[in-house]
Amino acid sequence: METFLGIDYPTLWYLVVGGLFSGYAILDGFDFGAGAWHLFFKQENSRRIALNAVGPVWDGNEVWLVIGGGALFAGFPVVYATLFSSMYIPFMLFLLFIIFRAISIEFRSKEEMLWWRKTWDIGYSVSSIMLAFLLGVVLGNVLQGIAIGENYSYHESGFFEFLNPYSLLVGFTTLFLFMSHGAIYLLLKTEGRLYAKLTIFVKRSMILFMVSFSITTIYTLLYIPHLSDAFLSNPILFIMPLFTFLGIANVNRLAHKKKYGWAFFFSSLTIGFLLSLVAIELYPMLLFSTIDPVYSIDIYKAASSTKSLKTMLIIVAIGAPLVLAYTLFVYMTFRGKVKLDETSY
Amino acid sequence: MEIEILARLQFAFTIAFHYIYPPLSIGLGLIMVIFESLYIRTKNPDYHILAKFWTKIFALTFGIGVVTGIVMEFEFGTNWAVYSRYVGDIFGSALAAEGIFAFALESGFLGILLFGWNRVKPLVHLISTIGVFLGSMFSAVWIVVANSWQQTPAGYHIVGTGFNARAEITDFWAMVFNPSSVDRLTHVWLGAFLSGAFLVMSVHAYYLVKGRHLDISKRAFKIALVVATVVSLGQLFTGHQSADGVAVNQPAKLAALEGHFEANAPADMYLFGYVDKENQTVNGLKIPGGLSFLISNNFDTPVKGLNAFPEDERPSQVNAIFQFYHLMVIIGISLIGLTLYASYLWLRGRLFDKRWLLYVFVFAAILPQIANQVGWFAAEMGRQPWVVYGLLRTSEAFSQSVSANQIVFSLVLFALVYLLLFILFIYLLNKKIKHGPDDGTTKTDWPMTEQINVAITKNH
Ligand code: HDD
Ligand code: HEM
Ligand code: HEM
Repeated sequence: METFLGIDYPTLWYLVVGGLFSGYAILDGFDFGAGAWHLFFKQENSRRIALNAVGPVWDGNEVWLVIGGGALFAGFPVVYATLFSSMYIPFMLFLLFIIFRAISIEFRSKEEMLWWRKTWDIGYSVSSIMLAFLLGVVLGNVLQGIAIGENYSYHESGFFEFLNPYSLLVGFTTLFLFMSHGAIYLLLKTEGRLYAKLTIFVKRSMILFMVSFSITTIYTLLYIPHLSDAFLSNPILFIMPLFTFLGIANVNRLAHKKKYGWAFFFSSLTIGFLLSLVAIELYPMLLFSTIDPVYSIDIYKAASSTKSLKTMLIIVAIGAPLVLAYTLFVYMTFRGKVKLDETSY
Repeated sequence: MEIEILARLQFAFTIAFHYIYPPLSIGLGLIMVIFESLYIRTKNPDYHILAKFWTKIFALTFGIGVVTGIVMEFEFGTNWAVYSRYVGDIFGSALAAEGIFAFALESGFLGILLFGWNRVKPLVHLISTIGVFLGSMFSAVWIVVANSWQQTPAGYHIVGTGFNARAEITDFWAMVFNPSSVDRLTHVWLGAFLSGAFLVMSVHAYYLVKGRHLDISKRAFKIALVVATVVSLGQLFTGHQSADGVAVNQPAKLAALEGHFEANAPADMYLFGYVDKENQTVNGLKIPGGLSFLISNNFDTPVKGLNAFPEDERPSQVNAIFQFYHLMVIIGISLIGLTLYASYLWLRGRLFDKRWLLYVFVFAAILPQIANQVGWFAAEMGRQPWVVYGLLRTSEAFSQSVSANQIVFSLVLFALVYLLLFILFIYLLNKKIKHGPDDGTTKTDWPMTEQINVAITKNH
């Protein structure tokens, strides 16, 4: 197999996709998280400020989903097709909530009526919660394995099979993680009473996350051997979970010391670590078949041709710095606390 | 069979809904770039007011375009799994490039375009607007290239057989510049410009009829009219190019577009008509030998008709394809007539004298929208029964593991949510239009906004 810098092309693309998904989780993570808290803010002004904290950036964040999805399609079409068609219902729900959330943000402040604003507030908050949760649910299913048979067929045993104990656990863990991430983001953007309230939210969600993350970890080690294998056969990898725990502890410490900028940085890093953990557990497998290991799909079986992967790596090499440059530019333009003006939501 | 129909229905519904918005976003993008550039050159505040007004409407179309587009991207995997595996190697790189170059550019600068009026200098703002506009143009490039590859595959070879068969890329640029890309991309771009320009003319014609915002409406109308006149003529040209290409690359589609059945005979061109599939005839107004002439400059050249193809290798919905295609062409010709007439009046200095003409323009905004929709329907249905022309059948391409129930479930949900989306879109569009540009001629109903506006105009 052809390699570049000693790494084969499917693995390189695995890293690209992993990077994109991590970027997505970090970015849309904070804006889903911020949305999840929305109904906990009682005053109209607080709600508007919270909404406008994500106002200029949420759309840009969602682009990471688009690019990540495109990269999966491009590099591992077999996985894209098999995963999406077998997780049909959760993905459809995910899409519907994406739409709902966007409409809520867009339309909430367009009318003065109380019922109008209340309706969209609920729409915004519920869809943010559901999106975070569904992402976790899909991840849980991927980790645990899917009933894939011959010719990539999927053998479901019920409409709601995707909701199983493990996927629910991962779903809640993801939700709590994003909620604390989002609360920290909001702290950076707000002042006064809202700010004071958020400091409490950060603590609470952090605790919830720690608890559910620990349960998930124990469950994984006990019941999902194909995931722990990578670690048992290669103990040096235990560094990653260690980093994750250190990262979380550090976020806690920084939040306590009110260094929210750094807390946000480490919270992002933690999400990155968690997903690296997932990536290591899976590699080189992408979808485990729960029916028979011969039907499992690894990166080599799933990958596009080397030629195609090469072309795309060139595209990424040209595109990524550009994307990074103007993302930074946008965040710089809107840095600092939210100020409402006539262009705000 | 049932699943195939449902999957197609779902795709047709969601893409047709998506495609209401991209043409508007692309077209309005162009107009906003023009307004803002004129503002920077002339320092005339009218252009600034216009740019701001249209940005608000743009935000609306763009927002809905984005969310409905995300649905499209995922739907390939959920509903067309076999297709996705088959084309992933080729299609994927186009989509990935679209994501990186186009969507990121659009959405990155969108924040500044919408919220940055008071935060950045006019020139930086213009650059952001151009960024968003170019991003939307690029996104059309990649997606149309991908679709064109599906119509006229090139630069690939097939590996594997049966369930593992798939197309692999052999030549990236041959794939990008496949035989129909350029013709279709230019045609799609111009179709989008027409959507935008006609919406601008419609709204400002409405103000003129109502006697509101007169000065800036005249300005805006004229600018959009220039764009629309040039572009509708261009559309005839790119459409003709497309038809020429279809004649070479997809003869079965061409035969369906004109309802030409005989296997090998001179073909007519219809202005309008009705296809009687049973008797293999078309009743309508025709130019005898017109299609032959279009292709070969000779009225007597034989053209391959539908009967030249086996039953299972030609599109079956001939009348629908025929009607969609002819509706588009009739609209195209009407738009040319309308814009040329208006331009003529303008040259005579009488553009705004005829009230009925303004009324026509108020309603004409729907025409390019219809043409865009039916154009796609003709192109896509004419490609049947293939998803990838000559290579992969639609009947083999859908997800084998998705059940009819699941598709019905999602289809119903989408229908409801899209209905809501559409109602909200119309409602807010109407509200923004009623409110109008903030040119100081109308009182705003929101005192806060007014104060801020005053403060802003002072700063400038
Ligand atoms: C001629 C142009 C055109 C066509 C044929 C399509 N789109 Fe589209 N799409 C756009 C032009 C566009 C755009 C102008 O770039 C949009 C629409 C309005 C907008 O806001 O961006 C967009 C948005 C958009 C988005 C959201 C991007 C973002 O987050 O900014 C996605 C994922 C797609 N589209 C995907 C698709 C797919 C998978 C299509 C085919 C089945 C498709 N589009 C057809
Ligand atoms: C935005 C404009 C588009 C419109 C309005 C449109 C319209 C349609 C319609 C009406 C169908 C159903 C045809 C039938 O059932 O007979 C269809 C099918 C399909 N189109 Fe398009 N299409 C568009 C763009 C695209 C693009 C850009 C792609 C791919 C890059 C694409 C890929 C497909 C596929 C995979 C199918 C399903 C298989 C089929 O029924 O042919 N379409 N489209
Ligand atoms: C003026 C006369 C016109 C002619 C002769 C014409 C011709 C054509 C042809 C032959 C196709 C099919 C191309 C293919 O399948 O590869 C097509 C498609 C299409 N047309 Fe037109 N067209 C005209 C006007 C318009 C207008 C005014 C609009 C929109 C405002 C429009 C929008 C479209 C779209 C969106 C498609 C589908 C995309 C594509 O296949 O290029 N057309 N047109």
